[in-house]
Amino acid sequence: MSPRLHLGVFFTGVGPQLVWTDPAFSTHTHIDTFVATAQTLERGLFDAFFLGEGLRVRENRGRVHDLDVAGRPDAITQLAALAAVTERIGLVATQNTTYNFPADLARRLASLDAVSGGRAGWNIVTTDNAWTGENFRRGGWLPHERRYERAGAFVETAKALWGGTAVDRHDDLISVTAPPTVPARPVLFQAGDSAGGRDLAARHADVVFSANTDYDKAVAYAADLRRRLAGYGRSADSLRILPGAAVVLGDTPAQAAEKAAWIQREQVTGPRALAFLEQYWGKDLSGYDPDGPLPDIEPAEGELDPSRGTIAIEHRTGKAERIAGWRALAAERKLSIRDLVVEVTPQHSTFVGTPGQIADEWTRYVRDRAVDGFNILPQLLPGTIEDIVDKLVPELQDRGVYRTAYEGTTLRDHLDLPA
Amino acid sequence: MSVTRPHLALEVDGAGAHPAAGHAGPAGDIAALTARVTTAEAAGFALVTIADAALPPPGGPARVEAGVRASFLSRRTQRIGLAPTLHVTVTEPFHLATQLASLDHASLGRAGWVVGADHSAAVYATVGLPRLDGAALRQELADGIDVARQLWDSWEDDAIIRDRVTSRFLDADRVHHVNFTGERFSVVGPLITPRPPQGQLVVLGADTLGVTGRLDVALVAAPTVDEVADRARQARTDGAPLVFADLDVLLGADRLAALDAVAPWGPAQRLRHTGSAEDLRDLLERLAGLVDGVRLHPAELHVDLPRLATGLGRRPVTGPTLRDTLGLHRPANRFATAG
Repeated sequence: MSPRLHLGVFFTGVGPQLVWTDPAFSTHTHIDTFVATAQTLERGLFDAFFLGEGLRVRENRGRVHDLDVAGRPDAITQLAALAAVTERIGLVATQNTTYNFPADLARRLASLDAVSGGRAGWNIVTTDNAWTGENFRRGGWLPHERRYERAGAFVETAKALWGGTAVDRHDDLISVTAPPTVPARPVLFQAGDSAGGRDLAARHADVVFSANTDYDKAVAYAADLRRRLAGYGRSADSLRILPGAAVVLGDTPAQAAEKAAWIQREQVTGPRALAFLEQYWGKDLSGYDPDGPLPDIEPAEGELDPSRGTIAIEHRTGKAERIAGWRALAAERKLSIRDLVVEVTPQHSTFVGTPGQIADEWTRYVRDRAVDGFNILPQLLPGTIEDIVDKLVPELQDRGVYRTAYEGTTLRDHLDLPA
Repeated sequence: MSVTRPHLALEVDGAGAHPAAGHAGPAGDIAALTARVTTAEAAGFALVTIADAALPPPGGPARVEAGVRASFLSRRTQRIGLAPTLHVTVTEPFHLATQLASLDHASLGRAGWVVGADHSAAVYATVGLPRLDGAALRQELADGIDVARQLWDSWEDDAIIRDRVTSRFLDADRVHHVNFTGERFSVVGPLITPRPPQGQLVVLGADTLGVTGRLDVALVAAPTVDEVADRARQARTDGAPLVFADLDVLLGADRLAALDAVAPWGPAQRLRHTGSAEDLRDLLERLAGLVDGVRLHPAELHVDLPRLATGLGRRPVTGPTLRDTLGLHRPANRFATAG
């Protein structure tokens, strides 16, 4: 049988990629929106519906950041509700290993697996972010270099409890004495991009959700990960690679490109471009014209304020050099503030085209085993999801790379993971 | 309206209050629980409570976490209130508040919270926190309730404005840090979840926890009507808006001997009725003058619940939110600025 594509939707529920100015934008926190989304995806025979998590509302210079979609439910609670109104689709909760108790989280995930009949997944994330820690009992307690150690110990604890083994483990990372949970085997997802993350994924994960969507990068990433898997005695088939991707469909290539350009303009509005720079400048830039040149004032001393969310380790230092680089780029290419932000904002790879074009491209990816599928990040709600289910899925089915019916009942079944 | 008094609640965890009822079937048997709760809804119960603990009952199987059960039930029911037990002692207060707010959103305003206070050494060992007791435990419960209530108010009702003119999705002046500092933890906030539909969930808890003034519903477990009356009076003095009495119930006194032969029920810790549905109706009528509601603990859920459903007569439930059903107003937001 030729390889088949697996699809999930990463419903972040918040953030700048969601275009709330779209007149059709659904009330993003209402349960009906979640129910409709999950049921549409189930109609499209998706493997998984995947909820993000962020444990502190984003801020800009000490105030709640007011330009992006914000506000979302607890992932496990929401997915338990969706388990009651769906039959087959996998339900994946992003949950943090730094700010949870292992036995408590293992029990809640096992509970989701139980009420959904084996459809639960866990996207394992870590943070060392003390700003997020201010909402939790221990505060920012875990040094950056130890967060994957804690995650590894946490996952081992959870797997033991799900498998019927009591755990009695006490060290500087974990303190738990607990009996088994209800029997469960949630599918484990991991972002798996950094070296620590790739290693954790190779040891424990069933699915990786990386940002490597570009074809050559995807091939190299898959090769690296399969090497690491072998090092842990796991087969290449025991891990599915589903990178995150945005998708913009149009009836013609020109129409798709026009829609993609509109989405990008809505994502990087003038106020958002200024807010982005304010995070780096550490100063009020509201007096500047976003369509004019970069601010002529000098940025504040000190490195980045972490309050806009997790900052990758390589971005925590070198702010002054980065700003100098932007100034040079803007001068050379005569970029406005908004142009520059479009240029330098990290974007998830976007597939833009007609359903037939994207289906051809994805068929190549999956036949070459560069990926096993994609985790789609919606930009329009419900537009992205309805487009994919109604237009792209039939094209994929025509090419023989997508299921025409669910065959199993569990998320593990859908992903063709080893029993 | 007086015809709805006393409000009726039903405890649905496990197989029943009588020790011979055994344990609920397969641990993940959500279908059986769903059937019971829809029966209770059709019979006009105002709410169900779902007991829980981090550790399984002695000799029993591991349980599905009560918040997960309640959330699943939220989409299989339309009117009944859903109140899981979550323990302040062995959870993260921020997660607890988020989970409960999310349950209220999923149920469109039918969520309650039974304040759990598990504090055995074994339960603390599951999370590795130092054990609390006495005054320290009471303070922890007070802090847990206070921070949940503040977090539920951290988003004002009209915080999401979607203003295209200014490009603002939120009004940042209507989303608040709570900056809560308790005895053993602090939480900056705001919640990640917008304000629950009820504003504040209905908070239920035993009158023995030492936090009665922070509850919406005080639960009184006492073996005699006189003692229930005294404790109910005290709970109101301490500031509880509503008081519910806990009541064991076995319909059909002829079943008691057979059950006791398997495992004796032991002395009552709360009111206990063994007898006919008619006598139960009389008892409820008598209690209606003393308390606002009664929470029933059937001896055997699979036997007693169908009998209760037919024997009590259908009762009107107002709704649509649990606060509406119980006659509790939707509180103003403590952070809202006038005008």
